Amino acid sequence: MPSLNLLIQSAVSGVLLGGLYGLIGLGLGLSWGFLGQINLSHFAFVFLSAYLSFEFVNKLGIDPLVCLIILPPIFFFIGIFLHWLIRRFRITPFNSLLLTFGLTVIIESFIQWIWTADFVKLQTSYGDKKASIAGIYLPFAESMAFIIAVLVAVLVHLVMKYTDLGKAVRAISQDPKMATAFGIPQAKISLGIAGLCTALAALGGVCVAMIYTLNPSQMYSWIGVIFAVVMLGGLGNPFGPLIAGVVIGVSEAVTMVFVNPSWAPIVSFSLLIALLLFRPGKL
Amino acid sequence: MKRNFIKTSFALALVSSLALSFGVQAQKGPLKIGSTLALTGPLAATGIVHKIVGEIAIEDINSRGGLLGRKIEWVLKDDQSKPDVARTLYEQLITSDKVDLLMGPYATGAILSAMGVAQRYDKVLIHHTFGIPSQAKYDKQFPTWALGPHPEKTSPGIVFDAVATVPNPPKTIAIVTSKFPSIYFMSLGAREVAKTKGLKEVLYLEWDFGNKDFGTIAARVKDAKPDMVWIGDIGAEGVQLLEAMKKIDYSPRIHSHIYPSPGLMSQSPEADGAIAISLFQEHPPFTANKGAAEFVRKFHEKAQAAGLPYPLVDVQAATSYSAWQVLEAAINATKSFDDATIAKWIKANKVDTVSGKLRWDGEFNYGDDLMRVAQLQNRKWVMVYPKSVAAPGVKLEVK
Repeated sequence: MPSLNLLIQSAVSGVLLGGLYGLIGLGLGLSWGFLGQINLSHFAFVFLSAYLSFEFVNKLGIDPLVCLIILPPIFFFIGIFLHWLIRRFRITPFNSLLLTFGLTVIIESFIQWIWTADFVKLQTSYGDKKASIAGIYLPFAESMAFIIAVLVAVLVHLVMKYTDLGKAVRAISQDPKMATAFGIPQAKISLGIAGLCTALAALGGVCVAMIYTLNPSQMYSWIGVIFAVVMLGGLGNPFGPLIAGVVIGVSEAVTMVFVNPSWAPIVSFSLLIALLLFRPGKL
Repeated sequence: MKRNFIKTSFALALVSSLALSFGVQAQKGPLKIGSTLALTGPLAATGIVHKIVGEIAIEDINSRGGLLGRKIEWVLKDDQSKPDVARTLYEQLITSDKVDLLMGPYATGAILSAMGVAQRYDKVLIHHTFGIPSQAKYDKQFPTWALGPHPEKTSPGIVFDAVATVPNPPKTIAIVTSKFPSIYFMSLGAREVAKTKGLKEVLYLEWDFGNKDFGTIAARVKDAKPDMVWIGDIGAEGVQLLEAMKKIDYSPRIHSHIYPSPGLMSQSPEADGAIAISLFQEHPPFTANKGAAEFVRKFHEKAQAAGLPYPLVDVQAATSYSAWQVLEAAINATKSFDDATIAKWIKANKVDTVSGKLRWDGEFNYGDDLMRVAQLQNRKWVMVYPKSVAAPGVKLEVK
């Protein structure tokens, strides 16, 4: 029987990891829900942001927390450009899946060309920082990722629910033609959402760089679990990915404690299948 | 009639001499050696080491006039770290690129794929990084990763023997391992060997390759309070686990690794003191092996130019270079490019390489187990066990 300390520590680890899942899943879910695009390049942008953070910190001496301010605006415009391209060439949602997969491969090759295929690690003083409460440790980087995930989810929720912009976004996602007929600038708002989603990928990337050792091909290992998070959380729902991320993170961690780490993905995906069967689209 | 006969004879002689001339030209053309490497995908970080080594080896051989007077042309393809792609590409190398000889790819899965193709076409396959000898059933395959035929027993054995020499040797062990095939097999062996060495197993865990949450694994290891942790890792897994341990204020007294990323380990402060099996490190007596000193110098230059984080020769680079040395030795000795002739010679002879003297007359075409125990000390890998091959003035250190 595992000790209580081990159980709590593992649950904490799962919650914090779930926050990161939620942060990365939010951008993907918003893009899927509001723009109807399954943007596979979201994972590539997460890793591009992570590698840029590595570069800024290691080569230019910039604090990684400053990367949280620098990178999202840059990625916002990258997202706008990508979405403009998709609209300009009238790429269908299915073809956008192929396009963004192709883009993912190109970005992976670009990362490998610049930073090589070898592992790199962003070494900062934050890596050693942690808080300890009654023998339970809260690592700084993981905790920061969780807090960012919560703040971003709250912010997106407030904007969507209480602002005209949010109402316009929801109108577009429900009936684009009718929304346009009512004078909502659909094209501009879609570009803004695409930019926001890519900016969220950049935020996730900085957190990934602070927590993990980086390797270009690792971006693919995130796809399964993040898709599970998005599907469990519901498309376009700001809190859904965060809650789903925490549920998956904790279920994985608890499985690791009671059974074996290799069983963790089975449990989380079984949970996904069960929830899709009994409560499709909702937690 | 007589005139016709003379004309015909002359024409035949002309055709024959032309044919002979073209034949000689063909023989003088480049010798095409085909292989794949993991140049992209999760194994690319180590694949690049084998690419650099291959380029050095071919430059060396060609600077000596090539093999039997023919310069080597290396037909190298990217198998994307996927064994199924490696299988297709080896098929292409033989049937479409029409290479004269093969060289093995990197990593057990890809080598197993290449071995199947080589067997189908009866080609000799010298390979450098195959981790499960019992799966090597083909009689014309020859490894330079000198693990011996049963590394699942011998590799953990030498690690446990090494740690038994330290003051206050470990009595309990936690075995945590990736399920990556060649790693998993070694860790299962370690469980059995640990019992025979009197080490009590207090924890056994497995994770899937690509696992992201090392926090819980670290917490379980800490909770089990082992004297030693056997980490069955490949690539970055070991460092990720050690970092996760540090985040919960835990640092294992003794931790051994299977195939860690040498560069990443050397850059991580948490990894200092890590133990791993190895057959080459850059110090005597290994640098006295055939061609080692010159190879080390060239590898430094190329690896630094390529931006490798650990530009020193270790087990990967040494076994890779050894494979080319074996091919060169076999062709020079037999004066032949015939696969059967080359295979017969390799099976019956020993070859001096940078990895040491290799032989292939044992079970599964494996010879001596040349693996020793290396340790990361002050961010550099050095051999520490047995004493006879330890770096001068260096010994195994534990907390």
